[in-house]
Amino acid sequence: MRTIEATSLEVTGVELAFGNNKVLRGVNLAVPAGHTACVIGPSGSGKSTLLRAINRLLEPDAGDVLLGGESVLRGDADVLRRRIGMVFQHFNLFPHKSVLDNITLPLRKIKQLDIEAAQSAARAQLELVGLAHKAGARPGTLSGGQQQRVAIARALAMKPEVMLFDEATSALDPELVKGVLALMADLAQTGMTMVVVTHEMGFAREVADQVAFMDQGVVVESGVPEQIFTDADSPRLRQFLAQVL
Amino acid sequence: MDIWSTLNDTFLDWGSMKEVLPEMLKVGLVNTLILAAASVVLGTVLGMIVAVLALSTKPWLRWPAKIYTDIFRGLPAILTILLIGQGLSPITRHWWGPNPYPLGILALSLIAAAYIGEIFRSGIQSIEKGQLEAARALGFSYTDGMRLVVIPQGVRRVLPALVNQFIALVKESSLVYFLGLLASQRELFRIGQDAAATNGNLSPLLLAGIFYLIITVPLTHLVNHFDKRLREGRPAEPEDVKLEELAHANH
Repeated sequence: MRTIEATSLEVTGVELAFGNNKVLRGVNLAVPAGHTACVIGPSGSGKSTLLRAINRLLEPDAGDVLLGGESVLRGDADVLRRRIGMVFQHFNLFPHKSVLDNITLPLRKIKQLDIEAAQSAARAQLELVGLAHKAGARPGTLSGGQQQRVAIARALAMKPEVMLFDEATSALDPELVKGVLALMADLAQTGMTMVVVTHEMGFAREVADQVAFMDQGVVVESGVPEQIFTDADSPRLRQFLAQVL
Repeated sequence: MDIWSTLNDTFLDWGSMKEVLPEMLKVGLVNTLILAAASVVLGTVLGMIVAVLALSTKPWLRWPAKIYTDIFRGLPAILTILLIGQGLSPITRHWWGPNPYPLGILALSLIAAAYIGEIFRSGIQSIEKGQLEAARALGFSYTDGMRLVVIPQGVRRVLPALVNQFIALVKESSLVYFLGLLASQRELFRIGQDAAATNGNLSPLLLAGIFYLIITVPLTHLVNHFDKRLREGRPAEPEDVKLEELAHANH
């Protein structure tokens, strides 16, 4: 896989509420360029909302998001999102388009590539995720694992500086999880800056450069995996780990 | 066999059918197809606009669409056709003379747009939120995400209901006869009715009915085809796919 020019990502004091429900209460997270940060925590702790605040699918009420040291909250959100790839729990491929067209659509309409350039870029990306032979298939005919690999290829084809993964393997059958996690680990190896919301503690332990534990809208504790998994400070993290490990 | 011969005389007078057949083909069928096709196109375009307005987050765009839908869906078609066809003709006769066709098509389209707008709206709303979210995450604007990703899927999902609406339009096109048509403008129903009056039996109307069925029955089968395709989708072999995936994962 190609190596990329990585960008650092920093979240400072981000707050976000749905009406009176404060989902993020001042989240801080610093991910140096090329690092992989895994975000773990119980359901409803604000992990997925944090990812959406980073790429402004949801606008933060307070705080800042710095990409390569620059605040991204004031510029055009559509332009920002072209710099940040996102992979979803339920893949969200476009079912009315072929696998290839799922990848070429944003390349053509957003990056303004002509059809040949878009198709060759898309095929190259499919090759990397091992699905070149599925280029003409509809997403609905693929397994969950294959769909998620296509979704990763679609995000990578836009050449993002940062990748966000929102429980990318939670909707997969157990036997299909491994392939997707392996692909994500490969991507981390290439030096991509990644924020991975996950319940896969094994992945967090082996692949992450840092792990952040979120609960009730804040990062309660963060550190290198070794420290988080074997020497946790906060009782809430210890309790969480006791439940999931 | 008194009943049989009465029915035979009323409905199966081959002579009067044969007599009206050329006119029915050359004038009636052509006019019905023109009326139906024109209002299908205009009604679909207007319906999409109504649907997009009805889905707007801005109340001043949403409310006019809702009021429009309530009015045109709530009135009898014949009343709307007369109000628009006759009511507006003093104004429009400056542009295209007393020709009732454009106003008839407009009235049919306005009625259809209310139904089609609701069909599109329900289709677009049925698309999972994740689709727009994924489009936006890739960098598409809201408008492009709707235009390129959400609306095409919504339209596909409501194709059966849409074709049903087209069938209704083919049949409702007969109502423009109330606006008074020139001989060359008569559609299937009017030609059948005129010939029935002249011949003193209903056989020409039965023939008109057969022509309507020739148009609508294939459309009905098209609906069934879309419906089946939507329910069953394209054939796939998930087990094969899974095995292949496992093989890949173990590499």
